[in-house]
Amino acid sequence: MMELSNETIRQKLTDKFGEFLTDWQEPYGLLTFTAPKDLNLKVMQFLFDDTELRFQFLTDLCAVHYPERTDEELAVVYHLHNLADNIRIRFKVFTPSERPDVYTATKLYECANWMERETYDFYGVNFVGHPNLRRIQNVEEMDYFPMRKEFPLEDQTRRDKDDEMFGRG
Amino acid sequence: MEVGELPEGHVGDGFFTTKLSGLVGMARKNSIWPLPFATSCCGIEFMATMGAHYDLGRFGAERIGFSPRQCDLLMVMGTIAKKMGPVLRQVYLQMAEPRWVLSVGACACSGGIFDSYSVLQGIDQIIPVDVYVPGCPPRPEAILDGVLKIQELIGQESLRRRNGEKYKELMESYGIQ
Repeated sequence: MMELSNETIRQKLTDKFGEFLTDWQEPYGLLTFTAPKDLNLKVMQFLFDDTELRFQFLTDLCAVHYPERTDEELAVVYHLHNLADNIRIRFKVFTPSERPDVYTATKLYECANWMERETYDFYGVNFVGHPNLRRIQNVEEMDYFPMRKEFPLEDQTRRDKDDEMFGRG
Repeated sequence: MEVGELPEGHVGDGFFTTKLSGLVGMARKNSIWPLPFATSCCGIEFMATMGAHYDLGRFGAERIGFSPRQCDLLMVMGTIAKKMGPVLRQVYLQMAEPRWVLSVGACACSGGIFDSYSVLQGIDQIIPVDVYVPGCPPRPEAILDGVLKIQELIGQESLRRRNGEKYKELMESYGIQ
């Protein structure tokens, strides 16, 4: 049997989804592409079910905030792993931060549950259909999404620290 | 036999008179049961403090307790995240009066380098603190010094302090009782 290569994966995906998948890259040999956010489940399901591709393990799911990309400020990044052939791929979907709705991957990958909660906790991505979308690491009372770049890293409740001493006077 | 420094009083032939508070203070300060609440690197320094080389046991605080209900000195060592705050407060509330709190290290005292959305900027936002030990992390000598300062406080404390208005006010400012 021929070994599964990045070219084969790309060919199969292009045959199935055509021009919907864009921005193909291979940094350090890791096949990377961008999908429309409404297709994220279809792409994952195809990668999961295809008898040759078999990307049946979700290694990581996270978000990135790009404030300069108007109307697609938030990227949700999926890292998938084919355990049988030991090949990894990565794909991103972009969503506006005004309405950050992305379909949940929990139906396909159980492990997406906590990762999506974490992504919601820090970036406010609303995973549509998630069974338990609430904060996982931060305090429940927190009323913002701390990793979004419009929020300063520093604790806003501090009263006793002198700004000058911290180099921001 | 010299047990410790005697409180102020009158020494005579075969007798010694002093105030009850002085005697109780002496007894209390030389038999502290510390409760370590160690969350990070300051906790490692505390372990050295308890070890044979520095030996906190020399000051009558040999018996480390791991139940808040038995202990009278809460030693908070390390970064307290905001999510840990209610836990720490619960531990403090479970301790019986009289109780003291020693805040060890920059993080427990002020949040330290973690001026961040997730870290409590000083445990004195949620519980009253008696002595602060600075340092990042403080050396065992500094922790010992903190404990000696606590001993000083305990030895001098009036027996009525914890029934007084001022103490009640302090507790109410933290929403306790």
